Amino acid sequence: MVKLIAGLLGGVFCAALLYGAVVPRDAVQPDPVAKYHLAPKEVSWANDNNGGLAIFSTFDRGQLQRGYQVYKEVCSGCHSINRVAFRNLVDIGFTPAQVKALAKEADIASIDDKTGEPNTRKGIPADKIPGPYANEAAARAANNNALPPNLALITKAREEGPAYVYSLLTGYRPAPADWKTPDGLYYNPYFRSLNVAMPPPLSADGQITYTDGTKSTVQQNAKDVTAFLTWTAEPTLEARRRTGVGVVGFLIILTILGYLSYQRVWADLKRKKPEMMPAE
Amino acid sequence: MSFPWAKHYEPQGAFMKYVDSRLPIPRLVYDSLGAGYPVPKNLNYFYNFGVLAGFALIVQILSGVILGMHYAANTTIAFDSVEHIMRDVNGGWMLRYMHATGASFFFVVTYIHIFRGLFYGSYKPPREVLWLLGLVIFLLMMATAFMGYVLVWAQMSFWGATVITNLFSAIPLVGETIHTWLLGGFSPDNATLNRFFSLHYLLPFIILGVIILHVWALHIPGSNNPTGIDVKSEADTVPFHPYYTAKDFFGLGVYLTLFAVVVFFLPNALGEVDNYIPANPLSTPAHIVPEWYFWPFYAILRAFTQDFLFVPAKLWGVLAMFSAILLLFFLPWLDTSPVRSNNYRPLMKQLFWLFVIDVLILGVCGGKPAGEPWLRISQLASAYYFVHFLILVPLVSRIEKPLPLPNSISEAVLKKQTNTGAPVALQPKGAGLAELPVSGQPAE
Amino acid sequence: MATLPSDDLTPTGEKRRDFIYIATGAFAAAGAAAVAWPLVNQMNPSADVLALAQIDLDLAAIQPGQAIKVSWRGKPVFARNLTPKEIAEANAVQVGTLRDPQTLAQRTKAGKENWLITLGVCTHLGCVPLGAGEGENKGAFGGYFCPCHGSQYDTAARVRAGPAPKNLEVPEYAFKSPTQVTIG
Repeated sequence: MVKLIAGLLGGVFCAALLYGAVVPRDAVQPDPVAKYHLAPKEVSWANDNNGGLAIFSTFDRGQLQRGYQVYKEVCSGCHSINRVAFRNLVDIGFTPAQVKALAKEADIASIDDKTGEPNTRKGIPADKIPGPYANEAAARAANNNALPPNLALITKAREEGPAYVYSLLTGYRPAPADWKTPDGLYYNPYFRSLNVAMPPPLSADGQITYTDGTKSTVQQNAKDVTAFLTWTAEPTLEARRRTGVGVVGFLIILTILGYLSYQRVWADLKRKKPEMMPAE
Repeated sequence: MSFPWAKHYEPQGAFMKYVDSRLPIPRLVYDSLGAGYPVPKNLNYFYNFGVLAGFALIVQILSGVILGMHYAANTTIAFDSVEHIMRDVNGGWMLRYMHATGASFFFVVTYIHIFRGLFYGSYKPPREVLWLLGLVIFLLMMATAFMGYVLVWAQMSFWGATVITNLFSAIPLVGETIHTWLLGGFSPDNATLNRFFSLHYLLPFIILGVIILHVWALHIPGSNNPTGIDVKSEADTVPFHPYYTAKDFFGLGVYLTLFAVVVFFLPNALGEVDNYIPANPLSTPAHIVPEWYFWPFYAILRAFTQDFLFVPAKLWGVLAMFSAILLLFFLPWLDTSPVRSNNYRPLMKQLFWLFVIDVLILGVCGGKPAGEPWLRISQLASAYYFVHFLILVPLVSRIEKPLPLPNSISEAVLKKQTNTGAPVALQPKGAGLAELPVSGQPAE
Repeated sequence: MATLPSDDLTPTGEKRRDFIYIATGAFAAAGAAAVAWPLVNQMNPSADVLALAQIDLDLAAIQPGQAIKVSWRGKPVFARNLTPKEIAEANAVQVGTLRDPQTLAQRTKAGKENWLITLGVCTHLGCVPLGAGEGENKGAFGGYFCPCHGSQYDTAARVRAGPAPKNLEVPEYAFKSPTQVTIG
C-alpha cells in the first residue's frame, strides 16, 4: 500500500518536473555586463605570505599606517569605518599618546548637558572613528542619491575582497565605444554593473605625501589602503593564525597518540587471540 | 537488548554502592557506553559519525550559550553585537568562528551518518523507530541552523528569512495567515528576530532529548554492522569500552584537527560574503542562497517553474521540498528487502552510488544562480531523486537477487583477514556457530 | 609483537595501564584545560568596557565650593573643589572619634587638598547621596547627605552619622596637570 502511494506520488512529481524540463525556455539574452566585467586582478599581500600559504604571515605595520593615511586624506570624506575605535589604532603602530591626539581631533556627536540640544564633543580613544555623515539620508543627499558603503568590513563583504578593492581603485579607464555610461557615473570594469557612482578617488601619483617617505603612486596608495581595510575587517587576523598554529599542532599530536592507543587496544583482536576461538 | 554475555556493572566501594542504589547513573553509563555494551567487532570508520555528530552538538551548545551572553537580538544592534563579539569580546572571534564552522561540520558528519544508515540498511526492522528519531533530529537541526543564520541580521540572513518564510504563503487558503503569524508582522523584522533567537536557543536542547531517545532506541536491538547480519554469539562482539571508546577518540582527533584548520585558517570559506553587509530591506542581493547544507533541498524547491495540473509552480516547489525529506520517513516500508547491507545487494549498491551523485549534483545546482543550465539539471536531478526512493527502491527490493550472506559476523571478519594475508588462525570449530540457522533475517 | 596477548592481562583479565594510554590521557587533559580558559575568560570585561575603565576629568571649570558628578565605570563620582573654610572644618575634627578614621590629607593628593574626589555611592547600601549638585542638602556636617537611611558625610566625605560604616570611597586617580585628573 505504502509502495503504491509512493509510486504514484513519485510519478506525479516526476511528471511536473519533466514537464518543466521540456517546456521551451525564453532564449537567454546575452548579458551586456558580462562582456566587459572583469574578475579582480591577481595581487598578493604581506598578510597573505605574498601569495603563498598564509599561516605565519603578518600585516606590514608600515603599510597599515600608510593605508590609514590614505583613508584619512582621501576616503574619509565620504566613507565611514565606524566599527573601528581610535584605541584600535594602537594595533597598527601608533602610540597611545598619538591615538589620544588623533581622537581629540575628531568631533563626536553628543548632547548638550544643559540645553539638551545636539552638539559635538572632542573624541577620546574609546570612541569609534566617526563617519562623515550623520545618517544614510545625509550621505545620499551629498552624493547624488548614492550611498558610499561603510568600509570597515568591505574586504570581507565582497568576493576576493582585497583583490576586488585594489582592482576597483586602480581600474578606472575610458569606457569601450559600445558601452553607455550615464552622466554622474564612471566606467569601471571591476564594478558589478560597470558604472560606479564613485569618481576615481586616486587620480594621480603623488596625491598623498607619505610621512614615511615611501614613493606615492596610485598603485601604492591603492595597495596600502586595501591592506588597511583588510585590517579593519579583521583586526584579530594575526592572533587567529597564531592560535591556529598552536591548536592544530597540538591536535595532530593528540590524534597520533589517539591512533596509537586505538591500535594498542585492538592489537589482540587484529592478531586473532587464540582465546577468541572456541576450544578444540 | 540484552546480549547474555554482556559484562555487568559491579559498584566498587561504599560510595559507588550508595549511588548505585539511589540513582544508578554510573550503571547506566556502563551498560550503554561502557564495558557492559557489546558491539559488533567489524564496525568500520563510517560508524564513528554518530558520536561525532553528538560531539558537534555539544560544541554548538557550549559556544552558542557563550555567544548568547554577548549577542543582542534587536534589529538595530544585532549585526553590531556580532561585530562586538568579533572585535571586543575576549576570544570572541574564536567563539563566533567555532559556532559558524561548527554548524557546517555538524551537517557534514550528520549527512555521512545518514548515508551510512542508507548503505547498511540500518533503517530496517527492528530499527525503524531509531531511523525515524534520526530524521526528527535532522529536521530540528535544519530549523535550528536556519534560525541561527538569521540572527546575524545581515543581507543573506534577512533575505534568506524572507524567501523561506514566504514559502508558507504558498499553502492554499491558510498560507498567508500562517505566514503573518510566523513572522509576527508582514516581513521579517524585530518580532521575527526575537522569536528566532528564543527558538534557536531552545531547539538544541530538544535535539539533545531526541538524541537520548535515539541512543536508547539503538541500544534495544544493538548496533547494526557492515554485513547487516545479526549478532549470534560473543565471538561477534567486543565491549564498547575500551574498543570503541578508543576508536571514537581517534576519530574525534581527526575531526577536531580538520575543524581547527577551518576555524583558524579558512573561517569564511563556507560562508557568503553578503552576510558581512548589514540587512537592508530595500536592497536585494544579486543571488539569494542559503548555507551549503541546504543546497540540495533549495535546488528541488527552485526546480519547479511551471504551473502543472492547476497547482501553482511555487506550491509544487514547497510540496516537493518537504516531500523530499518526508519520504525518508517511509523508507523502512519502501525498501522491504530482507537483506540489510548493500554489500550483499549489488543492484541496490549501484543505485546507492547513483543517488549519492544525484544529491551532489543537486547540491551544486542549489548554490548556483537560478538560470540555465542549472535549472534543467536541477529538474532532471530532482526527478531522479523521487524516482530513486519512490520507484526504484521499492522495485529493486522486490526483484533483486542478493549475494549469499556469511554465517556470522566473526566468520565474515575471519574471511576478510585470511583474504588480506593476515595470519591464518585456527578456523572456528563448529561449536556455537554451525548450530544456529544459516543466517538470514527474521522473516517479515 | 613477540609477546603473547595474555601477557597484557592482569589476573582479572583487564589490560595493564599502558604508557601510551597515560600519555594520551595526559595530553587530552592538558588540551581540555587549555580549551577551558578562553571559555571562562570571555566573561571577563571586553575591550570596549576596559577602554572606558579610565576617564579623564577636567577640573578647571569647578569653582571653590562647587562639585560635579560624572559617571565612571557606571557609578557616580563626585569631584568637589573645597573652600579653605571646608578644609579647615575637615582638619579640625578629632580623627580618633571618627567611625572610619582618616584625615583629609589621606583622602586627597599632596598639594591639592582642595580637590576631593570620591565615589558618589553611600557605603551603607549604595544610594547616591545628595550634596554635589547646586542647592542640594549637604547634611548637618556640610558634606553629603544620603536620603535613603540618613547617613551624613562631612566636608572630607567622611561618615559622621547614620548607618554607613565607611567614608565615601576615594577611587584611584592621578593628576596629569594642575586641572586634569585621570580616574581609574
